[in-house]
Amino acid sequence: MTPTSLAFRAILGKDLRTELRTLQSLPAMALFAVTTFVIFRFGLDRTALSGSLASGVLWATLLFAAILGVNRLFVAEREEGGFDAIRLAPVDRTALFAAKAAALLVYLLVLEAIVVPVFAIFFLDSAAALPSLALVLVLADLGLAATGTLISSMAVHSRARDLLTPLVLLPLVVPLMIAATGASEPLLEMGGPSYERFGTWLAVLGLYDLIFLLVGYAVFDFLLED
Amino acid sequence: MSESAVAVTGLRREFGERSALEGVGFELSAGQSLVVLGPNGSGKTTLLRILATLLRPTGGQVRVLGAPLPAEAWKVRGRIGFLGHEPLLYRDLSGRENLRFQARLHGLGTEAAEWRIAELLTAVGMKRRADQRVAELSAGMRQRLAIARCVLHEPELLLLDEPDSNLDAEGREAARRLIGPGEGRTRVIVTHDPERFETEADQVLRLGVGERAVVS
Repeated sequence: MTPTSLAFRAILGKDLRTELRTLQSLPAMALFAVTTFVIFRFGLDRTALSGSLASGVLWATLLFAAILGVNRLFVAEREEGGFDAIRLAPVDRTALFAAKAAALLVYLLVLEAIVVPVFAIFFLDSAAALPSLALVLVLADLGLAATGTLISSMAVHSRARDLLTPLVLLPLVVPLMIAATGASEPLLEMGGPSYERFGTWLAVLGLYDLIFLLVGYAVFDFLLED
Repeated sequence: MSESAVAVTGLRREFGERSALEGVGFELSAGQSLVVLGPNGSGKTTLLRILATLLRPTGGQVRVLGAPLPAEAWKVRGRIGFLGHEPLLYRDLSGRENLRFQARLHGLGTEAAEWRIAELLTAVGMKRRADQRVAELSAGMRQRLAIARCVLHEPELLLLDEPDSNLDAEGREAARRLIGPGEGRTRVIVTHDPERFETEADQVLRLGVGERAVVS
């Protein structure tokens, strides 16, 4: 195993162990998402949603819940000296980017495993769309993880990080959200999922993921410099 | 003649308009100790962070363990032990977990790491508290763990910022064993207590606020 992959495993393992022990991010993300679904349910006064409305409610909720996790992603590194510890080690610093993005991806997948069934119970007639929706969720999560990690690593150095993260992140993920809602909309149609332009939207999601993973890999080293 | 372990010439570091270091120079052979003295704000910690590759110099030449900084910083990372103001330990992990994490970052194999961690925990007197979360430990205990972290990967160069801070007599004795002159490592020590280190110093660097550095 290379030093970089050892470092990747060490950082990811440390993050997941810390989250399991402290539950600082995931419960807040899940609680936010479930509460938002409750508000939509009563605010819209509907027992079922379909098409673009269902897709919009799902993705707006997931995006804002994700921001809670993005905000906290590098807090331990900033406040407990983790940045210095990792910069002092003889490892490629992109291991930190990859590990943090992987940790955020795990948080998002766990969040969705909890809240998407709640969304389905609240708003969907059937669960037929869920298997295809899972593919959209994974691809969108990859993009969110790459972009969120990049922005979080920059914003964490600012005292206004809670404000800065959404301000910078939200415009950057607009294309991702357009593709994610575009792919989800036909899946959530009343009467069962359809696959109109589904492949095109998946390709857009994949392209976004690839671009931001490459951007993260290319610039992360510079972001860690003083 | 062997190459210097640390060679610094005309080092400058500015933070915006403010100059933190101006024209600092010294040369340190392998195994020697340099004690850095100076009032608050004289740039002692900045100097240490530059030598540790954590900060880029604004000007001047810096060579550490034969590598020019910052151009070849990657060559010396892993050969430096850095003990700063912060212990660089995660509060929600135990001392042992923190040391395991550091061992993996430095590429130590599992068996070698466990053996080294057990040895160091004993040396710093933290064996019994090793599995307690760092957040629950006193400042002195954290400093002991930080010393263990600093020497875990057996570095050639030690950069120590107030290494005795928060330590009791027993802790200071453990520190002397692990990061003292007996180990034969090159050391740069920042301190406000020159008497504590005067017998160990091969050179003394005096930094002043707005004055040129003096080596003796």
